[in-house]
Amino acid sequence: MNKTFIIIKREFLSRVQKKTFLLSTILLPILIFGLYGLIIYFSVKGEEDIRVAIVDSKGVLENKIQSDKTLSFTFLKQADTAQLQKDLVDKKYSGYILLPDSISRRDSLQYHTRNNVGLMTQGKIESRINKALEKSSLQTLLAPGVTLEQVETNKTKVDLKISKSDGKTGNAGFATALGFICGFLIYLVLFIYGSMVMRGVMEEKTNRIAEVMVSSVKPYQLMIGKIVGIGAVGLLQFLIWGVLMLSLQLLIPVLFPQVMEQAGAAQAAVDQAGAAKSSMVTTIMNNLQSVNMFMIVGLFIIYFLGGYLLYSSLFAAVGSAVNEDPQDAQQLMLPITMPIIFAFVIMTQAINNPDGGLAIFGSLFPLTSPIVMMARIPYGVPAWELILSIALLIGGFLGTTWLAAKIYRTGILMYGKKVTWKELWKWARM
Amino acid sequence: MPLLEVHNLKKHYGAHKAVDDISFSIERGSIFGLLGPNGAGKTTLLRMITGIFYPDGGQITFDGRPFKAEDDILHIGYMPEERGLYKKMKIGEQAVYLAQLKGLSKAEALDKVKTWFEKFEMQSWWNKKVEDLSKGMGQKLQFVTTVLHEPKLIILDEPFSGLDPVNANLIKEEIYNLAKRGCTVIFSTHRMEQVEEICDQIILVNKGQKILDGTVHGVKQEYKKNQFKVLTEEGINLPASAQFQLVQQNGHEYTIQLATGTSTNAVLEELIRNQVPVLGFTEILPSLNDIFIRLVEGTHATTRAFQAAS
Repeated sequence: MNKTFIIIKREFLSRVQKKTFLLSTILLPILIFGLYGLIIYFSVKGEEDIRVAIVDSKGVLENKIQSDKTLSFTFLKQADTAQLQKDLVDKKYSGYILLPDSISRRDSLQYHTRNNVGLMTQGKIESRINKALEKSSLQTLLAPGVTLEQVETNKTKVDLKISKSDGKTGNAGFATALGFICGFLIYLVLFIYGSMVMRGVMEEKTNRIAEVMVSSVKPYQLMIGKIVGIGAVGLLQFLIWGVLMLSLQLLIPVLFPQVMEQAGAAQAAVDQAGAAKSSMVTTIMNNLQSVNMFMIVGLFIIYFLGGYLLYSSLFAAVGSAVNEDPQDAQQLMLPITMPIIFAFVIMTQAINNPDGGLAIFGSLFPLTSPIVMMARIPYGVPAWELILSIALLIGGFLGTTWLAAKIYRTGILMYGKKVTWKELWKWARM
Repeated sequence: MPLLEVHNLKKHYGAHKAVDDISFSIERGSIFGLLGPNGAGKTTLLRMITGIFYPDGGQITFDGRPFKAEDDILHIGYMPEERGLYKKMKIGEQAVYLAQLKGLSKAEALDKVKTWFEKFEMQSWWNKKVEDLSKGMGQKLQFVTTVLHEPKLIILDEPFSGLDPVNANLIKEEIYNLAKRGCTVIFSTHRMEQVEEICDQIILVNKGQKILDGTVHGVKQEYKKNQFKVLTEEGINLPASAQFQLVQQNGHEYTIQLATGTSTNAVLEELIRNQVPVLGFTEILPSLNDIFIRLVEGTHATTRAFQAAS
């Protein structure tokens, strides 16, 4: 079996079989989603069903307020406080409100109850009452014969799509979000997996196994094996996260049908009025179709790998040069982390101005292109720019790997000396 | 045919000559001692032989052909002075991994590791991690990983440092066994008593140059001072003589220096003629340690200022 492959296998397996890998890859997303689930659970299920009695002698709100299982309203004509207090004790009602004869927009109402009232419940009751009051007062404003439903129908929600002269369409807000997320993910990848490579190399050096290793394999094989092995760990991690996100997202409506019901109810109110379907979900779906998901995922993988290979070899070179002192590593890392941070800054610019000079430069220059280009892609990038950018990226990582290999070869066997960048440059030319 | 021949090997770092024109050859199945003070260039020399460094000049011939690192390192086992293993890796897995990198198939590697672990009574360690081992245990494991793939040439840099006498003996026995089976061993050290005991041939390196080459016996003969130890009965004084000079007296034990051209028999004859009862008469051979110190100090630089090893 090829030696590089044996090394890749070890680097991959030794990380994947660690408990921390399982923890961070599988448990962490589950934990986060579990937390979300708990929050949703308690906000939906945690409360008892609330029954509110409203003493509404004038019938201001009757039949205008929305009642359902979790929050229901009962209307009483007469105020019998003693009887109501007794009902509270008997748990016939959770609370009651005495409605004054006339009520204006800024009045406050008293909600009498024996229990504590959560913020969510308070908000819910408030909004239901406000809506009902709004309806009744709006109706009085409308010309005779015009119904509130007709007003609802005429509310519009226009989604602005950009149609460029080259025939591509898109939605600026959506493109911004997608570009930012992709760029940010690559930014994280470079840092997390790059420093993982660096730590791996440092471990080999401080454990003094480097010399044993290079008496069996070429230093280049050792470095590439480590880089590819850790890259594979990264890809696997992303794959697992992707699958987990998707499946958990699908699980939430199954576990908590109420959430969907509420969303559905809100939409139903709109639909009922005959308005066009323009919920957030459909907006996203429409936009996804317009940006060609396959291309984005494909390019994400290309820039993920290209950027990772380019930077991880530099991180490996730094790891080989430092001794036990992690502070040395910090110092030597600075020239590598700077371009990554710089790329991130350009990316935030590129999102607002995807065709600006800085954005175009940043998306072609191999040290910044993995991050900046991802931000530009959702807006549509000319094919020649993409091809040039990828070609430069490939050239870039071949260059950095070649350079890093030379530094690495000398560095892993060098002990005791504190190394400067000047020295590294000397090794690279050796 | 020697297993390894080194001709005019050179390695320079700028103006500093780490290895400066060294030649030697090692016979198959012999145990070869590479001696020298710290910073003499031993490690650099060994790194060139193991293919880690490229020489700046000279040739290495391995097994009759010019040395080609890629293929030949599979037949070399190198245990560097700075020992190292993956701390978090299980011992069995690690040994198999290192053997695979030396070109063994997985099944072969597994088989060999098991045999060696049994030999060193290490089977129960298989699932332990290196970080859980004592230093001596780690040394044993390191030795096993070095010789596992039955290399033609085994290079051991200070193999006994950190080992207790029992384990040192165990490893020494294995070195003899390997040599008997045809392995050639290079043994780099500055512990002379071990060299005297184990090595067939030695070279002494200082300041990047070879200053001594030969068998242990030959070297001792070459550097002997023609001194003898004479043991007599108490109360007897050695007579003054033109044939020898008294160097030291310790009770009734005398150290004498023979004059040039004088034979031992002539001295004995004279002693007997003078009625000196001779209880013992032995030649004093210098220890390698003495020779080492004499030669290295003679160059006016016991140890050079520390130079980075590479």
